[in-house]
Amino acid sequence: MTTTLNPRFTFETFVVGAANRLAVTAGRTVAENPGSAYNPLFIYSGSGLGKTHVLMAVGHAAKAIAAQLNIEYLTLDEYVEAFHAAIAAGQGDAFRRRFQNVDVLLVDDVQFLTNRKEMQAELLRLTEALQQSGHQIVLASDRPPAEIADLDERLISRFSGGLVVDMGIPDYETRVAILRRKAEERGSSFQPGVLETVAKLEYPNVRELMGALNRLIAFQAVNDMPINEEAARKVLGIPGTGDEGRGKGAPPPATPASSGDEFSQFLSDVTVTVGKAVEAWRARVAEAVMRWEGEGYRTGRLEKLLEQETPAAVDDAIAAYVQDVERLKALETEVAVLDPQAAGEKVFRDPDHMDQAEAAAAKVRAGAAPPPAPSGAFPFDSFVVGDSNDVARNAARDVISKPGKKYNPLVIVGRSGLGKTHLLNAIGLELAKKKNAVVACLSTQQFVDELIAAIDGNRVDWWRARYRRATALLLDDIQLLAGKERTQEELFNLFNQLVDADRQLIFTAPAHPNTLEGLEERIVSRLEGGLVAEISDPDKELRRNVLERLLTNQRVPIEPALLDYLADRPIDSVRSLTGIVQRVVEAAAAQDAPVTAGLARDVLEGAPPPRRTTGLRTSGIVVSSAGGVRSREKMVWDWPASGDRVIEDLR
Amino acid sequence: MSLVNFTAREITCKIVYYGPGRSGKTTNLHYVYERVPETRRGRMVSLATQTDRTLFFDFLPIDLGQISGFSTRFQLYTVPGQVYYNATRRLVLQGADGVVFVGDSQARQLDENIESLQNLQSNLLEHGVDVRTMPLVMQYNKQDLPRELILTPADLDDALNFRSVPSFPADALHGRGVFETLKGISELVLKKLATGSPAA
Repeated sequence: MTTTLNPRFTFETFVVGAANRLAVTAGRTVAENPGSAYNPLFIYSGSGLGKTHVLMAVGHAAKAIAAQLNIEYLTLDEYVEAFHAAIAAGQGDAFRRRFQNVDVLLVDDVQFLTNRKEMQAELLRLTEALQQSGHQIVLASDRPPAEIADLDERLISRFSGGLVVDMGIPDYETRVAILRRKAEERGSSFQPGVLETVAKLEYPNVRELMGALNRLIAFQAVNDMPINEEAARKVLGIPGTGDEGRGKGAPPPATPASSGDEFSQFLSDVTVTVGKAVEAWRARVAEAVMRWEGEGYRTGRLEKLLEQETPAAVDDAIAAYVQDVERLKALETEVAVLDPQAAGEKVFRDPDHMDQAEAAAAKVRAGAAPPPAPSGAFPFDSFVVGDSNDVARNAARDVISKPGKKYNPLVIVGRSGLGKTHLLNAIGLELAKKKNAVVACLSTQQFVDELIAAIDGNRVDWWRARYRRATALLLDDIQLLAGKERTQEELFNLFNQLVDADRQLIFTAPAHPNTLEGLEERIVSRLEGGLVAEISDPDKELRRNVLERLLTNQRVPIEPALLDYLADRPIDSVRSLTGIVQRVVEAAAAQDAPVTAGLARDVLEGAPPPRRTTGLRTSGIVVSSAGGVRSREKMVWDWPASGDRVIEDLR
Repeated sequence: MSLVNFTAREITCKIVYYGPGRSGKTTNLHYVYERVPETRRGRMVSLATQTDRTLFFDFLPIDLGQISGFSTRFQLYTVPGQVYYNATRRLVLQGADGVVFVGDSQARQLDENIESLQNLQSNLLEHGVDVRTMPLVMQYNKQDLPRELILTPADLDDALNFRSVPSFPADALHGRGVFETLKGISELVLKKLATGSPAA
């Protein structure tokens, strides 16, 4: 039913001149961005000026760019015929569906809609459907929509709603170019001046121009001799023109020029002059205006060029404009990743205010909520070292001095309460001190939650971008990834990207990665690829060091007996140790007694301390005398051992 | 009047045929009018007395159609040549993009030619236009008259064409030189457009 595209009718074989340049530019734009630039595109011109050629060229060009596109070319008559056949066969719906699935629909000879009410309704429906689904429709007619007799107002407004361009009679230069190309295609050559003579005739369309050329080709072939300018005139029935008087003191014309062709001659002369004088640069500017306006960019700068009297470096100005537009596109793309909403802002469509666009992009970049930073509560020098965590601490030092180079990733494993989180944050704080560092340090749970929120808000790209910017990624409690398939997938990709870019990765886990359940093999193998540093149960030396620090912090005078007693307590983590010290110190405060080994023994082994009615609570929150919370991080650390807590709860 | 309207993509050239009375300005326009296809020309407006002397002015709009994407129009005007219609002449000159000075080649009309040229200069000045910046061509009309009555183009150039602008010998009644003149002035006007400085 539909006509196949004539392979000769491409943009490459179309001779572009001022009269059809807009139509060709619009056609190319549409082929490059079907459905987005001008939809519908309505091309009209007199017969024989290349509508069908451009229409098919759009199809070819669109196909060349995206081969999968479903492109259909047909004349209105073919469309009508197909419709009637479909209706007769009871396949009206199938017919509609078929055309609604066309990506680029090219309809020729739309002027024949006159007096076809039912086809107008059908085409209106189709145009609406295609537009709604973002499919392109290109129409060609021999007159503008408003001049098609008896055409439905709604169709007129539809057709006029996209872009309506006309193709005029090609100017002299274009005619010469067309003639030269066609003569070449047919393997004919003419003496200089012959084609120019033909081009000077004002044929109403290219088809008749071709007819004239054909006559010359035939004449030349029959007579087997090259035709000259004078003979060409005779063949085409043009009277000779007199010499043109020109310039000061020019001799009078030999014969008075009195033929009716004088006006045509004058017209083609003026056309050449106008072409030389005006069009070259203005047409280029107008094209650029049309193109970028169609893509939604502001073109004030180019329009100002048109208003100028003296075109200075127009091409440079257009090139600069295009460069700015490209920059805007790049900025918009970048911003779209960081913040999809901000990408829609007008500043990214205004090449006249590049500084604003740059500023807006910078703002988005800076404000693209930086990934969570390490907690300031865990300075590196407060991390107490002993044999049991020496390996991890040294690994941490190496990582800090050569992030991304030495151990990547570093996985710190150990039971709960041994200081993994402290060490992780401490490393993060050190890494963050480096220039331009963006350290992401957070719990795996938070990481998962953020991803879920991003998926929910359709901002996964933005979420990814946040972490891709990180110079170091530190995740606490990696075992929480178990069963979180999507997060594992994202982490896997992020992991690879960061490692490739020599960015440091550090994880903590309660046990060696290969013992963690629910983690994908590819994650486990990557975790094992760096260094797995274990923190074991605190040794006595470590316990003493921790106690010394804790007691010093509590301003408790350090008695060797107290230190020995507390260090020998059967505890399995630094966290428990902290809890013990806390309890003893509070008990002492309650009893208004000094902290001694005896008191500690009473508190930890003997009768429970009397209940206080006011002041400090033993829930683990240390309340300063001023009433403020001294350290939020103590919230988790200071819960008493479970046995003690049960007793307290009973009270 | 602006020569080029970029918003509407229009070029409108206003060309004024200037010269002493009876030099053949209206004849020029009539000849052009006859040669322009009907579809291209507007109604020629001509206000003339019973003795065929232009009382007010002639106006011939010509639509050259789309040229290089610009819809191009020429507006041809003549001024009344008689000395006492100076106000009308000045009015018609306003906004002209180019001037054709139609001189009478008859030797006895030389003074009228000179007077009219001076009048052109002063009227342009009234509009703040220096005649040297205005596109101008000379047409020496009535070259078909017996040689003993007329001056040669070379003589007329010497006498009138101080600026050495393009000059065209013509026989407007029979059309010789009419379109050449029009083409000559058109080129100057359009070239001026290209080089930038706006026409008055």
